[in-house]
Amino acid sequence: MAQIPVLELADAMYKMVKDTMGMKKWKATDLQKASIEMFGEDKVDKQLCKDAIKELVNNGRLVYTYFGGSYIEVPHVEGAAN
Amino acid sequence: MAVDKKYATPLLDELEKGEWPSFVKEIKSSAETNPMANDLLGLLEQSYTEKKGHWKHGGIVGVMGYGGGVIGRYTDLSEKFPSISHFHTMRVNQPSGWFYTSEALRTLCDIWDAHGSGLTNMHGSTGDIVFLGTRTEDLEPVFNKLTNAGFDLGGSGSDVRTPSCCCGKARCEWACYDTMALTHFITNKFQDELHRPAFPYKMKFKMSGCPNDCVASIARADISIIGTWRDEIQVDMAKVREYADNGTDIVKEIAMMCPGKCIEWDGKKLDIDNGSCRHCMHCINVMPKALAPGKDRGAVVLVGSKAPIVEGALLSSVMVPFIKFEEPFEESELWELIENMWDLWCEDGKNRERIGEFIQRVGMGNFLDAVGLEPQAEMVAHPRENPYIFYEEYFEEGEEVTK
Ligand code: HEM
Ligand code: HEM
Ligand code: SF4
Ligand code: SF4
Repeated sequence: MAQIPVLELADAMYKMVKDTMGMKKWKATDLQKASIEMFGEDKVDKQLCKDAIKELVNNGRLVYTYFGGSYIEVPHVEGAAN
Repeated sequence: MAVDKKYATPLLDELEKGEWPSFVKEIKSSAETNPMANDLLGLLEQSYTEKKGHWKHGGIVGVMGYGGGVIGRYTDLSEKFPSISHFHTMRVNQPSGWFYTSEALRTLCDIWDAHGSGLTNMHGSTGDIVFLGTRTEDLEPVFNKLTNAGFDLGGSGSDVRTPSCCCGKARCEWACYDTMALTHFITNKFQDELHRPAFPYKMKFKMSGCPNDCVASIARADISIIGTWRDEIQVDMAKVREYADNGTDIVKEIAMMCPGKCIEWDGKKLDIDNGSCRHCMHCINVMPKALAPGKDRGAVVLVGSKAPIVEGALLSSVMVPFIKFEEPFEESELWELIENMWDLWCEDGKNRERIGEFIQRVGMGNFLDAVGLEPQAEMVAHPRENPYIFYEEYFEEGEEVTK
């Protein structure tokens, strides 16, 4: 079965991160595991997840953050900057 | 830019005394023209007086598209020291072996004078060129200027960190493979992993050309690639005698200190039992004109060392006892092994668990099994004395033990 388009996966990932903002911190592998679970292994693989994350981060919808380890979040102004 | 406001710094001034280089002297010299460096002096003096730090960690700053290379810092005294309200660090990927032209160094300094504190750390323990102290809005301009000059940011966070190596064949006759070329190759091969953090935690590569391990790869790299040889140490007997004639006590300084106890010296002839040699480099280091690593050279690949942060320190363990590194590096079997290890670690590693800690948790035997490696004697520390390692296939059930 054919894979889903990368932009469709990117939108789904964006929604996961946005909807759980402030409640859950996502790592790249968490997003990957959740995506494969959501769409199934035949529609989404690791490479597609990588591409979707790259897409989201390259156009600034999501950003990488660092709190001990690296996470992926919706851009915001952090407390420390004030 | 002229700097008018001056701070009295009696405590910092103490650190200018003595013969040795002083970072206070350097910050003061930058402070003549750079307001960030000037405010840094004021803030440090206050910290020393109060015995209290005034920095806050930031976690979100970076350049577009990259998840590494920028380490966010702010001060909690931004009203008093406005020039350093932001004081982010940038890691810049150093050239292999840290070779520069003076023009390249000037380019780096000019960029940093224009956009940051002017203070650098050449080099950080990660190996990177470290630019200390800039503002969020300057990150993209610095990045643009760096990339135009042929530089890139290095790693930080849960990604492949900037690979680093000893000067290898560029300056050192002990180099058993071309560390600089391999480091350059690895940096390019793993660009995606370097800039887009997707691991449970950091992942460092360090390449040393021989067991002297000048970049301390065995203690500080998740993947340590250390040059070695598998034939015999090269001996120039006339030169050995020259050392002896000039006062080197070969028995005391070399034979008795050889960890393999495999050197004999009868006053005329040096005899090395290469089968017991541990490739420690000691004899070669003491008589560099007389001895040299063998001619069949390559590297040993070890995995899992780290400095203490979340948990205690670990040294790397042998995964591949001997591998040749020759161009084209792309054809090496190592990359597949590394991808296997990463897949396993990403799948089952805990958040902020280094690969060495992961191996300890799941057990080396299980790890080797999962990544498809056969156990070998070279993987065991002190294989001839270690009573805890069993070689099961030697003792099949029901087999007669003849020896
Ligand atoms: C009393 C004050 C300080 C002392 C005693 C001190 C001491 C040291 C020492 C011993 C090292 C290790 C050097 C090495 O073996 O490579 C080091 C590294 C370093 N210091 Fe300082 N330092 C001081 C203040 C500062 C300040 C004010 C800054 C920055 C504004 C700074 C930034 C660094 C950096 C970036 C490194 C490199 C860390 C690395 O190797 O990655 N230090 N310092
Ligand atoms: C409680 C305070 C702090 C702790 C526990 C801490 C801890 C650490 C650790 C564990 C590392 C090594 C990370 C790695 O292995 O890559 C590191 C690196 C670094 N830290 Fe801190 N840090 C603190 C405060 C600061 C402050 C206040 C600054 C600067 C204003 C700073 C600047 C740096 C820099 C520049 C590096 C990287 C050096 C390099 O790349 O070689 N740190 N810090
Ligand atoms: S690690 Fe070995 S090859 Fe590299 S610089 Fe040191 S002595 Fe030379
Ligand atoms: S390299 Fe080390 S173990 Fe090998 S012969 Fe020399 S001193 Fe002995």
